[in-house]
Amino acid sequence: MTESLHKIVAEQGLVLAFALVGVLMWLSAVVCRRLTAGRIHASAIAIVAALALAWLGGVLTGGKKGLADVPAFAGLALLGGPMLRDFAIVATAFEVDVSEARKAGLVGIIALALGTIVPFVVGVLIAWSFGYRDAVSLATLGAGAVTYIVGPVTGAALGASSPVIALSIATGVFKAVLVMTLTPFVARFIGLDNPRSAMIFGGLMGTVSGVTGGLAATDPKLVPYGALTATFHTGIGCLVCPSLFFIILTHLT
Amino acid sequence: MAIYGTALLAICTLLGVALGEALGLALHVKANVGGVGLAMLLLIAAKQWLAGRGVLTPTFRLGVEFWALMYIPIVVAMAAQQDVLAALHGGPMVLIAGVTVVLLCFGLVAALGRLVKTP
Repeated sequence: MTESLHKIVAEQGLVLAFALVGVLMWLSAVVCRRLTAGRIHASAIAIVAALALAWLGGVLTGGKKGLADVPAFAGLALLGGPMLRDFAIVATAFEVDVSEARKAGLVGIIALALGTIVPFVVGVLIAWSFGYRDAVSLATLGAGAVTYIVGPVTGAALGASSPVIALSIATGVFKAVLVMTLTPFVARFIGLDNPRSAMIFGGLMGTVSGVTGGLAATDPKLVPYGALTATFHTGIGCLVCPSLFFIILTHLT
Repeated sequence: MAIYGTALLAICTLLGVALGEALGLALHVKANVGGVGLAMLLLIAAKQWLAGRGVLTPTFRLGVEFWALMYIPIVVAMAAQQDVLAALHGGPMVLIAGVTVVLLCFGLVAALGRLVKTP
């Protein structure tokens, strides 16, 4: 009995993930209606619940992939992995209003530039205040504040130490988690209610998972606009952090 | 046919990612530069072109729109596999850096948004 159950779990990973996420979203919809009277978006509740389950998965298995490290839920790694994530992000472009996207062109680029410079500078300053003095560690930790991909890419390119790279990844992941969970609550105060501000938001916050997760929980219609600018963010960060920004840092330290 | 829509989406995604990789190589960057963004632009262009020729049937659209609708469940699955434990265990530096950066950027979103609205 348990053997055939194990077999099903192993062979039907993705199908199991569909069912699991469906149940989680249904429960979130119930919580949204009953407990918050519809004030907190059901998607936001589902994302926070998923993050809590990811924490639990980490505690139970000691792995790095949250709930997906629990063998029964390994299918989540495929469903929520980069391949299907990118496929679904591209699909959202089908509903993009071209004239809206064009209007945000220049300000989108400004947002992208600020979204790379500001986190890097803040990351470097905070790393400095925690006693890091060498340009390699400072650049890696600054890059981690841009996104959790820019951090390790920069660290690997510059030859940073493993603990520093781990810290830069942790900073990036924490940033993504914060953006995912806080966006629905601050959306009203930062004017995040139209395609143009969503494109600014995508460029400034950068982290694709954070931006798209946060926007999905705020207003799913805004997701494609935020994703459009956010997807350029990691590439630009990987371009300037280990080169231009690092050279500037070596002159300053 | 719904598969035509899904195939179009797949072709745009593959082309975009390939372009992003090529851009990364050209710029000597160890990352994909805007691949997904380029794929989105390709899909938008393809949609305009196909709409002009009247081939965008409802089932064709369904092949793309299903995946757009699956986006939020996929994000939930993505959230469930984040290394939350490491993010929380990173110590005070990680917490301070994360919170400062996110709050500062939220503020800038508001500032830039207002800047654009005024003219």
